[in-house]
Amino acid sequence: MLTYLIRRILYVIPICLGVTVLVFGLVHLAPGDPLSAVVPPDAPEEMVQELRVAYGFDKPLPIQYATWLGRVLTGDLGVSVARGREVTSELALAVPNTLILAVGGTLLGFTLGAFFGGVAGYFQGRWIDKLATGIAITGVSVPHYWLGLVLVIIFSVEMNVLPAIGMGPNGSSTWVWDTEHMKHLVLPIITLSVIPMGIITRTVRATVAEILNQEFVQALHAKGLLNHQVLMHVVTNAAPTTLAVMGIQLGYLLGGSILVETVFQWPGTGSLLNSAIFERDIPLLQGTILVLAMFFVFLNLLVDLVQSAIDPRMVR
Amino acid sequence: MSELRTSANQPIVDVRNLEVTFVSRDSTVNAVNGVNFTLQPGEVLCILGESGSGKSVTLRALMRLLPRQAQISGCVTVGGKDVLSLTERKLADLRGSEIAMIFQEPAVSFDPIYTVGRQITESIRRHENVSGAEAQQRALDLFERVQIPSPERRLRAFSHELSGGMRQRAMIALALACQPSVLLADEPTTALDATVQIQILLLLRELQRELGMAVIFVTHDVGVAVEIADRIAVMYAGRFVEIGPTKKIINSPQHPYTKGLLSSTVNSSSRGKRLKAIPGSPPDMTQLPIGCAFGPRCDHVHPACRAQVPAETQLAGVDDYMVRCLLADGPLELT
Ligand SMILES: Nc1ncnc2c1ncn2[C@@H]1O[C@H](COP(=O)(O)OP(=O)(O)OP(=O)(O)O)[C@@H](O)[C@H]1O
Ligand SMILES: [Mg+2]
Repeated sequence: MLTYLIRRILYVIPICLGVTVLVFGLVHLAPGDPLSAVVPPDAPEEMVQELRVAYGFDKPLPIQYATWLGRVLTGDLGVSVARGREVTSELALAVPNTLILAVGGTLLGFTLGAFFGGVAGYFQGRWIDKLATGIAITGVSVPHYWLGLVLVIIFSVEMNVLPAIGMGPNGSSTWVWDTEHMKHLVLPIITLSVIPMGIITRTVRATVAEILNQEFVQALHAKGLLNHQVLMHVVTNAAPTTLAVMGIQLGYLLGGSILVETVFQWPGTGSLLNSAIFERDIPLLQGTILVLAMFFVFLNLLVDLVQSAIDPRMVR
Repeated sequence: MSELRTSANQPIVDVRNLEVTFVSRDSTVNAVNGVNFTLQPGEVLCILGESGSGKSVTLRALMRLLPRQAQISGCVTVGGKDVLSLTERKLADLRGSEIAMIFQEPAVSFDPIYTVGRQITESIRRHENVSGAEAQQRALDLFERVQIPSPERRLRAFSHELSGGMRQRAMIALALACQPSVLLADEPTTALDATVQIQILLLLRELQRELGMAVIFVTHDVGVAVEIADRIAVMYAGRFVEIGPTKKIINSPQHPYTKGLLSSTVNSSSRGKRLKAIPGSPPDMTQLPIGCAFGPRCDHVHPACRAQVPAETQLAGVDDYMVRCLLADGPLELT
């Protein structure tokens, strides 16, 4: 177990390095000169050259990468070109806001998905299964920004019970645990939860059905366990797969909520990415993607560790 | 005196007219079609029969361990309790404590993510009000009893960490955890290597004698049946076509199917002879013939055989010997 742990944790190092290479490469894969965003097209050639040297763009790529990586490792993600502020401080504002949405959306999606999926798997083939499966398919098929708009129209425009945009009253961009902020949370979280709900429903349904078909469930009944005791075994057996899927969904929500954050004007990493892309703000873009990718890597590590703690067969 | 006598003769298992049908939208499988037998405490009954004849379904019906789409009718009594009409709760109380089962594939019969020890203590604590430590000690004793080396370590192992033979020993320990009076064993050695098979078989026989359990043992192997059974039942198309004391069945089988089954098995008397397979294919359980299900494959088939299913006939002059064939000791002469 311990060697597995250490090995699994050591694996993270090359993965992280790979991520930095990709994120760095992004700038140079993107068409156009990275400076073209900052420098007006009619700027004198000398000035461009000067800037190029100042940003280190005149050096060979590997050296640029090494210097960049060196700075990243010391926690310096550079300065946002468009906003003129440290990328890290921009992220420090946006990441918690996105975390609130992503965790909330995942938890809601997970709870509903586990419930629907469990019921569907347990009553496989009956009407209740068909209902739950129908909800799941609808969930994964509906474009969620569209759903967000529809929810806004219903609850904000027509019924006027929930705020349409923003994170709190008066364009607040720091989270406070009060009812006003909570109200702003409702629609985005529902919108975000729909896809994970659908995916988790399908996963849990398939997993539960598969487990129930296994002989050991018969053996558990044969030794006289009561239904809820057998259910405990089924839940524990379904947990590793379900957790893995939930971890991945949380990862997607962390990075993939650009559309939803834009619809609701939520000041998180999605909005940050959105404006970084439109303003060709390379350092901000790089920094945000790097941080999100790292979240993803560590989330996967966490999922693996939890999985192996539950299922002894995973530890090899 | 007479009361003592009747209680001594009280069968531990009594099965009357057992029928099991699997109904689905597109087919109806008549897996068991009228099985009758009784089992005395401490008796070993072997059920022999080819694949698909309904042996496993019969066994599972004794604990009502069948999927929802199974329709069970008839009467099954275990330890005086009417299994088919028990409430779920009472049924669960019976399972594992009074009647226990050993499965064919030990590899898939344990929960893969619980230690085997925990699965045994779980069973003990389900049925008896004992402390965790006490259950742990009981599990250890059981592992010693089924001769698992380094039992303490093995209790903490997961099923996939044990060898096939060891797993089946653990399965036996689990089944014996609450000292059941009836043990059901569904081909408990088929999944194992030949040498391990013999060890497991010897262990089962030893434990059966020591604990005086009644055992119903399903097998394909006539040799195994001869080795351990007091009585043998031969199953065909969901019915017992013949049931009687082991010696009697082996030496003078009555039913043409039993004769075919025995002569298709290599044993000392037929060594050197060609293995004779029973001609024809097993019956389609969704469409059984009106008459004797073995009729289409039988060399001696008579028009009367096609008219109706032969009734269970007590063989004249032999105690406790039943056969379902018009030709055996019956009104018809062998052709
Ligand atoms: N859950 C089920 N649904 C439908 N049919 C079933 C089900 N379980 C068993 N059957 C059918 O019942 C019949 C008897 O099956 P059973 O498993 O009792 O055979 P068996 O004698 O144990 O055979 P084997 O020696 O191969 O184990 C078979 O035709 C089988 O297809
Ligand atoms: Mg079987």
